[in-house]
Amino acid sequence: MYVPALLLFGVFIVYPLVRGVGIAFTNWDGYTDNESFVGWANFRQLLTDSVFHTALRNTLVYGFGCTLLQQVIGLALAIALDGGGRAKSVARAVIYLPVLVSPVVMGMMYYFLVQYDRGALNDVVTGLGFDRVAWLSSSTGAVVIIVAVNTLQFVGTSMIIYLAGLQSIGTEINEAAEIDGARGWKLLRLVTIPLLKPAIVSSVIINLIGGLKLFDVIQVLTGGGPGYATQSVSTLIGRTYFGQQAAGYASAMGVALFVLIAAVSVVLIMRMERSGRTS
Amino acid sequence: MSSADINRRQGRAGQVVKVVFIVVAVLAQLTPFYLGVTTALKPATDGSSLWLPPLSGVTFDNFSTAVSVGKLDWALQNTLLVTVASTALVCLVASFAAYPLARRNTTGNRLVILAVLGMLMVPPLSILVPLYSMLSSWGVLNTFGGLILVVTSTHLPLAIFLFTQFTRSLPVSLEEAAAIDGAGLLTTFFRIVLPSLRPVMATVVILTSTSVWNEYALSSYINSKTEMRMLAPAVASFFSAQGNNIGAAAGAALIGLAPILVVYLFLQKYFVKGALAGAEK
Repeated sequence: MYVPALLLFGVFIVYPLVRGVGIAFTNWDGYTDNESFVGWANFRQLLTDSVFHTALRNTLVYGFGCTLLQQVIGLALAIALDGGGRAKSVARAVIYLPVLVSPVVMGMMYYFLVQYDRGALNDVVTGLGFDRVAWLSSSTGAVVIIVAVNTLQFVGTSMIIYLAGLQSIGTEINEAAEIDGARGWKLLRLVTIPLLKPAIVSSVIINLIGGLKLFDVIQVLTGGGPGYATQSVSTLIGRTYFGQQAAGYASAMGVALFVLIAAVSVVLIMRMERSGRTS
Repeated sequence: MSSADINRRQGRAGQVVKVVFIVVAVLAQLTPFYLGVTTALKPATDGSSLWLPPLSGVTFDNFSTAVSVGKLDWALQNTLLVTVASTALVCLVASFAAYPLARRNTTGNRLVILAVLGMLMVPPLSILVPLYSMLSSWGVLNTFGGLILVVTSTHLPLAIFLFTQFTRSLPVSLEEAAAIDGAGLLTTFFRIVLPSLRPVMATVVILTSTSVWNEYALSSYINSKTEMRMLAPAVASFFSAQGNNIGAAAGAALIGLAPILVVYLFLQKYFVKGALAGAEK
């Protein structure tokens, strides 16, 4: 009964993955029939290509930077918004809303905030008596903005996971900890966070895989620019394939991206298994 | 301990910090939506700050420009078709696959489940080159069939996983009774198993349809023709073409946003349930 599913996976995911490895060892341009085997040349090029290095570094910054911020803010929001009450439930719904919106649409609406000439943020800056800032023109600034936009868009996911985690801890444990004198930071560090470990692991995995795949919001907000400063490996693959007709090289990047995400996921899942067994 | 109890102990200062934090977070999350609305409702001649509401009169021209120039009406139709078809296929194929996986705990089936979870790690862009060239050689770029099958495949893993988990929690007694009455495998599946999957079906439908509705990374390449484009690629390319007409761009963004917002308002608790189900992998 799982034959239809396996057939779809085979044709549209597994075959392309395998074929992608094959293409990565060729100099194919993606259009003609000229395709010859070039051995490890594309992978050697990855090691020396500074544009790819920028994209790889950005991918790691997007992945780990967003994940870290999302855990800190998401947990703080979950603690602040735990419990009943109409106001809290409205706040939770608002904070979760961007998760469902297309990153393309979120990216555009944030563009109205950070753009140079009519951007809302620059209205505040000039209102305070400073000069307009070209937020998206500096490499660092643009990377920081992409991290911030993606963090805010998906912080709701972590918040929801931590809210469920907090509810599963239950009241007795907190009461017992308080009787033992644990409060505030101490309660959080010694009791809440250790008990939230399963929630932390699943939230980290979801955010990390999402961040390492980042594509949509970069395309909309900066198109990978200025220059190549905000490219992720994902956006660079599209540009290398269609912009430079270097299908072989783009495929090598695809293989590298898959290996990166698979390695990170496997390490995390193994840690999750271990923590699941000990707790 | 109730949250009221915690609050009392934390004292007033802690309480104030908490309220300020929540208010700041809510306002931060609402800011892009607010700017989108003010930008979309202002005529091109209104050069006032985007923080201000449209004081010199409200216009709806931006929406009509977005629809007529950006061809968002076509994109909406295409997206609706692809979303409905892929979601239906995902539900059918995934629940079908999940039944034996949930009921027969063999080594082979455990390997299949691992393989399915492994599919979740494949980033769409990592298979762009071979996928695009394969679809191109089949002549199915810019067709609904090709896109629907691709999107269905990328959304299957999570659905199979959720269905498998849920099917395991169902009692087998009904299926055994059906078998005694002589019902075959397919009859049992369609008459007994499928109807009892309704709660998890709602979750899968919501997760899949929102994600397909927003699909951009692969569809922007494999259905790039204006007549065949999905909504997110259409909105994005309208935006890059109309860079200086931010009013129309905002109109396009809001048109892309509206359907999701309406559904979210009515089905909020299912979305939250779906998010959690997806997290418990």
